[in-house]
Amino acid sequence: MPVAVRLPTLLRPAAGGRSLVSVEGATIGEILDELQHEFPAMAGQLLTDAGSLHRFVNVYVNDDDVRYLDKLDTKVTAGDTVSIIPAVAGGAS
Amino acid sequence: MAPYRSILDLIGNTPLVDVSALSPNPNVEIYVKLEGQNPGGSVKDRPALAMIEDAEKSGLLRAGATLLEPSSGNTGIGLAMVCRVKGYRLKVVLPANVSAERRQLLEVWGAEIIESPGSEGSNGAVRRARQLAGEHPEWVFLYQYGNLANPKAHYESTGPEIWRDCPEVTHFVAGLGTSGTLLGVGRFLKERNPEVQVWAIEPPAGELVDGLRNLDDGYIPPIFIEEGGEELLDRKTVVGPRDSIIWTRRLADVGIFAGISSGAVMAGAARCATQIERGVVVFLAADGGWKYLSTGAWTGDIDDVVERAKRIIYF
Repeated sequence: MPVAVRLPTLLRPAAGGRSLVSVEGATIGEILDELQHEFPAMAGQLLTDAGSLHRFVNVYVNDDDVRYLDKLDTKVTAGDTVSIIPAVAGGAS
Repeated sequence: MAPYRSILDLIGNTPLVDVSALSPNPNVEIYVKLEGQNPGGSVKDRPALAMIEDAEKSGLLRAGATLLEPSSGNTGIGLAMVCRVKGYRLKVVLPANVSAERRQLLEVWGAEIIESPGSEGSNGAVRRARQLAGEHPEWVFLYQYGNLANPKAHYESTGPEIWRDCPEVTHFVAGLGTSGTLLGVGRFLKERNPEVQVWAIEPPAGELVDGLRNLDDGYIPPIFIEEGGEELLDRKTVVGPRDSIIWTRRLADVGIFAGISSGAVMAGAARCATQIERGVVVFLAADGGWKYLSTGAWTGDIDDVVERAKRIIYF
């Protein structure tokens, strides 16, 4: 089932400039695999060779960071929005 | 009560207030820890004093020294107050897009402001400060993102205060920022009761990440890695500016005048309350509302205020 995925500026060139793409998958892992398959220029940017999330990549299902849900096994359903966001220094005070 | 010998003795020991009237779940109590009651006006007085005292003890800081720190406001303000009292000079690398009051407060205590591009947010301030620290080895660079005295301050003061005032706590919710508060309080509470859940709230990354040219320019605070933040946190969730403003206003409905990030964290506490059956949620309001009056957060048209909030760093 297709899920909306928001891409950060720096990944948009790999997706023909699009900021929002629709990807098939039931878990975050499946979605990232499918993204890399569909947009080969993203390969190596999202997942490490060992298959885990790149340390500077945060992935959210709606508002929640998947690292604190079920990581790559986090389930997604139709209507969810997945956002890929690079890790930056938070708006720390 | 005996008079205090120094304003610095007023740091910490902030009150916890019942705001369960705002809880969306009748079986969940919500308490707020009012860090705006610190003399410098925010939770950051704690790590500011702790980092300076730690550097004094280790001999890194000597009389008349100049300190350098990247800060979007509160840490700089806390450091400025402590430095003024102790006779140090302070240079703060500040993103250009912070509220006017944050800048004015830094000036109250005589800090020198070095501006970094607003479009680069806190990331840009950190980068610029690290570069300046390299060029000026004579300046003392305490570096809140990488200084273990930061989480330690919360492990030794904020955490024990919460446990003393509310040992029934089941969930602790706070803003992420440097991660110092969550690491220190979270570790302390989990050592007392491993069942306590720790929730981190963060603002949307928004336009700040657009300046990133490459993923390897990303940033995770070194203290977060060193203190095992990923294992410690149970949830990390984003609260946008609209919910932040709405909840900042709801806090005012029960008399709590807190900053916009406190509204965001209250929104997170409310979200937490809807997702659990019963419990006691303690959240931390990092500062009072004073520094955000110019944003019109309480009285302006909500759409206008949200647009303004998107352009400033309020976290």
